[in-house]
Amino acid sequence: MSFPVRQIRNGDFRAAAKLITAIERGDPSAVPILKALAPYTGRAQVIGITGPVGAGKSSLINELTTGYRHLRRRVGILAVDPTSPVTGGAILGDRIRMRDHLTDPGVFIRSLAARGAPGGLPVLVLAEALHVLDALGMDVIFIETIGIGQDQTAVASIARTTAVVVNPTLGDEVQLLKAGFMEIADIFVVNKADLPGADRMALQLAELSDAVNPAPVFKTSALKHEGLDELIKGLNDIGKKTRR
Amino acid sequence: MTRQTKQSPRPLHRPRVLVAKIGLDGHDRGVKLVAKALRDAGIEVIYMGLHNTPEEIVRSAVQEDVDAIGLSILSAAHRTLFKEVMRLLKKQRADDIAVFGGGVIPSEDIPGLKRLGVRAVFTPGTPLEAIVMFVKEGLKSKG
Repeated sequence: MSFPVRQIRNGDFRAAAKLITAIERGDPSAVPILKALAPYTGRAQVIGITGPVGAGKSSLINELTTGYRHLRRRVGILAVDPTSPVTGGAILGDRIRMRDHLTDPGVFIRSLAARGAPGGLPVLVLAEALHVLDALGMDVIFIETIGIGQDQTAVASIARTTAVVVNPTLGDEVQLLKAGFMEIADIFVVNKADLPGADRMALQLAELSDAVNPAPVFKTSALKHEGLDELIKGLNDIGKKTRR
Repeated sequence: MTRQTKQSPRPLHRPRVLVAKIGLDGHDRGVKLVAKALRDAGIEVIYMGLHNTPEEIVRSAVQEDVDAIGLSILSAAHRTLFKEVMRLLKKQRADDIAVFGGGVIPSEDIPGLKRLGVRAVFTPGTPLEAIVMFVKEGLKSKG
């Protein structure tokens, strides 16, 4: 077993972080390490968190992480933010919402720039980074997408469970009927449910989910720490069903 | 997604820089300008905002595998805070990460910070281009 493989198997965050960098760079040295890690993967519960800009995806992950830590599960987070189409630079600002877990040795957070990937989701990089966090011993791994528009659905191809996060103000039922990201939900979350209109939005989603896809609907307020235990239970129930 | 071939000596690497305020200091106008200037120069900036502790900074830098950490300090606690950041980086075997700073830092304190291992200190009036140049060119020497 090569040195980085042993380090990652022993839970060394620095070795895992370096390997994810090599994956992002397309560095061929990552390939044999990933192959050697493969037998230790496939165990983690992988949850995609997607939804429009400002829906509260990062804040929700912060709250869910608190919940999973209470259940003594180790949590990995891969958070994607957009790359500038003009300069190639990026501001990766998801970690700022995850303040409660920055020094927890049971939580690994990595911010990734989209780097021009189709749909804003670097699927190949994420798929390999998932293996790294899985082999590192993370029990639950969140993939947070960039704030999405209507037709960005790639996260469902790499997450076993996809949670679509919306706000009470998303729009009327015609918006919900439109094709696209509403179709990939295994679970719907109406976040910012402390705002007016949350019950109506939840009801509309519940009606939709009967017709298209039997996805349960949960209401949360990351701000007021409400609805999180119920959502975790819902994610775990769905996770059991979708587990390969 | 292109995999680099073996012929290329070094695969493409975009600098990754963690930029943050540290300690009890609510003045974030400068640090936001620096973050945006770095972004506009094609750099990936992990922006951590206000009120971070040295431990939060160092653990984040390790997980993000950054090339550099830029800290803005206007609270006069620079000696204590930089010292702690450098100590924790060594402890995490991550002292190859370059540390630079900016803010209201008296010139007589700068040699002491450099002795701690702080690579550069940018005081008020520094053109943003100088900071960008440091990150793009000054970091290459670390190999």
